[in-house]
Amino acid sequence: MKGTNLGEFEELVLLTIAALVQDAYSVAICDELEKHTGRVSKLGVVHAVLNRLEEKGLVKSRLGEATSARGGKRKRYYEVTQAGKIGLMRSKEVRDGLWKIIPGFNIEPA
Amino acid sequence: MKTASTKTSKEKAQPPRWAENFLAWYCRPGILEDLQGDLNEYFERNLQSKGASYARLIYILDVLKFFRLYTVKKPDFLNLFIHYMMIGSYLKTSRRSLVRNKLFSFINIIGLAISMSVGLLVIAFLTDLVSYDHFHVKKDRIYRVVTKNEADGQPSMDFASMSLKAGKKIKESFTGFEDITLLRPGFSADARVSKETVLPVSAWWADDSFFRVFTFPMLEGDSSTALREPYSLVLTEKTAKKLFGESDALGRTVQFDTLNYTVTGIIKDIPNLSHLRFEALVSFASVENEKWLVTGEKESWDHIYSNYAYFTMPENGSTKALQTNLDRLSASENKGLQNRKISLSIQPISTITLGKHYSNEIGHSFSVAVAWILAGLAFVVILSACFNYTNLSIARSLRRSKEVGIRKIVGALRGHVLGQFVTESVIIALLALVFSFPLFLVLRKQFMSLDQFPENLVALELSPRIVLYFIMLAVVTGISAGFLPAIFFSRMKAIQVLKDASGLKVFRQVNLRKVLILVQYTFSLMFITATLIGYHQYKGFLAFDLGFNTENILNIKMQGNKSELLKKELAEIPEVGMIARSNMITSLGSLYGTSMKYKDPGDSARLYQNAVDANYLPMHRHKFLAGGNFTTKPVKGNETQIIVNEQVLKRFNIADRNPQKALGEVLQMDDRKLTIVGVLKDFHYGTVEKEIEPTAFRYYDDESTGGYLNVAVKSADWSETRTRIEHAWRKIDKVHPLDAKFYTEQIELAYSQFLVMIKVIGFITFLAICIASMGLFGMVVFTTETRLREISIRKVLGASEGGLVFLLSKGFLFLLVIATLLALPATYLFFDKIVLTNFAYHAPISLSVMLAGVLVVLFIAFVMIGSQTVIAARGNPAKVLKSE
Repeated sequence: MKGTNLGEFEELVLLTIAALVQDAYSVAICDELEKHTGRVSKLGVVHAVLNRLEEKGLVKSRLGEATSARGGKRKRYYEVTQAGKIGLMRSKEVRDGLWKIIPGFNIEPA
Repeated sequence: MKTASTKTSKEKAQPPRWAENFLAWYCRPGILEDLQGDLNEYFERNLQSKGASYARLIYILDVLKFFRLYTVKKPDFLNLFIHYMMIGSYLKTSRRSLVRNKLFSFINIIGLAISMSVGLLVIAFLTDLVSYDHFHVKKDRIYRVVTKNEADGQPSMDFASMSLKAGKKIKESFTGFEDITLLRPGFSADARVSKETVLPVSAWWADDSFFRVFTFPMLEGDSSTALREPYSLVLTEKTAKKLFGESDALGRTVQFDTLNYTVTGIIKDIPNLSHLRFEALVSFASVENEKWLVTGEKESWDHIYSNYAYFTMPENGSTKALQTNLDRLSASENKGLQNRKISLSIQPISTITLGKHYSNEIGHSFSVAVAWILAGLAFVVILSACFNYTNLSIARSLRRSKEVGIRKIVGALRGHVLGQFVTESVIIALLALVFSFPLFLVLRKQFMSLDQFPENLVALELSPRIVLYFIMLAVVTGISAGFLPAIFFSRMKAIQVLKDASGLKVFRQVNLRKVLILVQYTFSLMFITATLIGYHQYKGFLAFDLGFNTENILNIKMQGNKSELLKKELAEIPEVGMIARSNMITSLGSLYGTSMKYKDPGDSARLYQNAVDANYLPMHRHKFLAGGNFTTKPVKGNETQIIVNEQVLKRFNIADRNPQKALGEVLQMDDRKLTIVGVLKDFHYGTVEKEIEPTAFRYYDDESTGGYLNVAVKSADWSETRTRIEHAWRKIDKVHPLDAKFYTEQIELAYSQFLVMIKVIGFITFLAICIASMGLFGMVVFTTETRLREISIRKVLGASEGGLVFLLSKGFLFLLVIATLLALPATYLFFDKIVLTNFAYHAPISLSVMLAGVLVVLFIAFVMIGSQTVIAARGNPAKVLKSE
């Protein structure tokens, strides 16, 4: 199963792509991640993860239209594939299953 | 207004070009565009919030950080494969173009070959110097203790030697090193093996750790004990053969003076590249109980001149703690000294031969500065030959532009053309290497036989490593020569070239070519003027008035014999005039100093001295300002008189520097009180590099042996006189050959290092001028050829020959004038501000000498330019125009 398992950061990136819908390109993903997790996401790390996800077939990408911003360079937009969606669902199920069997979960200090 | 201006400046800010190019170069095309976009976006963001320089920095860092496995282009094997397939074609076209243009090929190959032969020599020479002492197994862990001597009012001096006391202290009480060995050169005596065999041997004293520190393989005997007992002797194979012939030497007895030494070991002969060179070793224990050592220097901290200490560190050991201990030792011992500080430090063995200069160096040493100068000279000459190649290739580019155009149309990329031309120049350089190798062999022979060159300093033997260096030199030379032309060709536009070759931007390169010629000529002129000034100065040193007579004086080294005996023999030779004695020969560079005091016991000064007899001063025609020669011969060391120079009076302000009144004043020296009986006019005791300092003559004690006999010789037939003197010498000494030299000859020898330098630089000058002239010649040939039609038309229209010659040469003449204007002041300043500041006395820099050098170079250049332009201007215009 190695190769289809999702790492923690990979899952986050995948979820962000899904959340951004049409606007999911590298810089936007970084910003969004930062907003939600509060951690600084480096472009280098995100870029490498996107590359890996694409290799695994969990996302697919296409180049957008050229604009005058970004020195006239096109953006690469990402989209979660069917396999990606299944992967996300599966990891959510694993978590939910675990949550269910915890007998009373109290976050107040004991 | 302010916001507007900052806004425009922000809009202008761009990421660094090179970083962008680098990214585009390494990044896979598939992901390049959006990555560029991302980085740009971040750049703009940073620009807004943090400013331009921060944004640029981040951009650069990001570009470097993105250099990863998944972003990097896979190597283009197809491209490499094409290169490989095309090598045959490259070789073919290169060969054709070499053969087609015989003159230019000749200039290129010969120029490169000549210059590279110098490069080969320098490489072999420096490799040898760098590989000194590499044969020691522990070479990376061997260090030497060195001494710095700082006395008030004198420049500090670094000594390779140290005091015996320091050596003993380190050996006995220090930790942190593996082994330490003490060495003491200067054991020089006649070895008596049998009644017939008496040979001089010069040995060193060394203690029993010697063979643990150094790797000198022992053939016979036990290396761990050989130097333990007093009066043990270890011989090299060569010395053993010399003393005992083929018979077994181990265990035999050798008599030095009155003492018997036992041979306890035979070691292999010392390798060529060793800074330690000796004929034999004597155990250190033999010297330690000598009375003269015990009473003299054994316990003295400031006698730092005779002993050497080498030690090994344990593997991965740090010398820091040891240095701290040395500092502590120096500090505590220095308390016993007045106005003087002696400090110890350590030096790795690898920096001994090629490194900083130390006084009292035990072996050969070679200054790093001179090594750099040699390498620099070779570099300049090779560069000059590379310039020729670059110039001629670009000039000829019209010829080959069609080839490049077709290659490009057929599908060659820029990289292919670049590769082709660099390959071509590397091949030419390798071809030149083949020619330069025999030249190197000739040069090596010449170089090794330079007189006064330290004997066996280098071996210059070929090894696989050196050959590899040679090939590397050729490849690097080829690449640097061919790089500019290759870039030029690879940038050619195929369509433009094929449509109309004359529209090619060859003439854009004209400035580059001019600059290259200018650089060549500037260097050539600097070299030649430097050589001539150097030679002029050297002649000046030889003719320098030292303040006394040196003509027709023969100095005979006594080599331990009683001078009275030889004097008696020499007196019978009719050509011999006056005979004098002296302890040393002055003005040759060696100094013999002591300290003196006047009235104030706390004020001592350095005094250079020479011990002479009563004949010495009249014979050398020293000029007395007051008083006269010695009158009372010292009996049994009871010395009373001294003759001083003006500087002594000046130093202590004796009698207000009045020579007459100074007579009768008393100087304190060691434990003696000496009365001034004469004051001499200042003369040169050292070489011309040194200022005149306080100097004195003392009366030679008859009891002592050694020193020199100074013999005034008046002879019409010198060789016959010499035979007679040799005959006389043989009567008193059958062991040592006669060592007799004329004073003027000795002075020449003292400055011979300069002559060697001048010879070397002169030779390189010659090469540089040859190469520059060849290059100039090539360029003139090319320019006149391409302008032949223009010249013919001008001539038809009535231009005069003189006018045409001027037209063709004026560009070159202009360059030569600029080169002269650059080179002359540069050389003058170099000598005035750097070289000649090392000499206290020297002749002024002669302008006429400098101009002579310039004239020689310019004359050669005029011949080169004139011969071609005149031919072109005299040609029949009809012939040229008809063919069109």
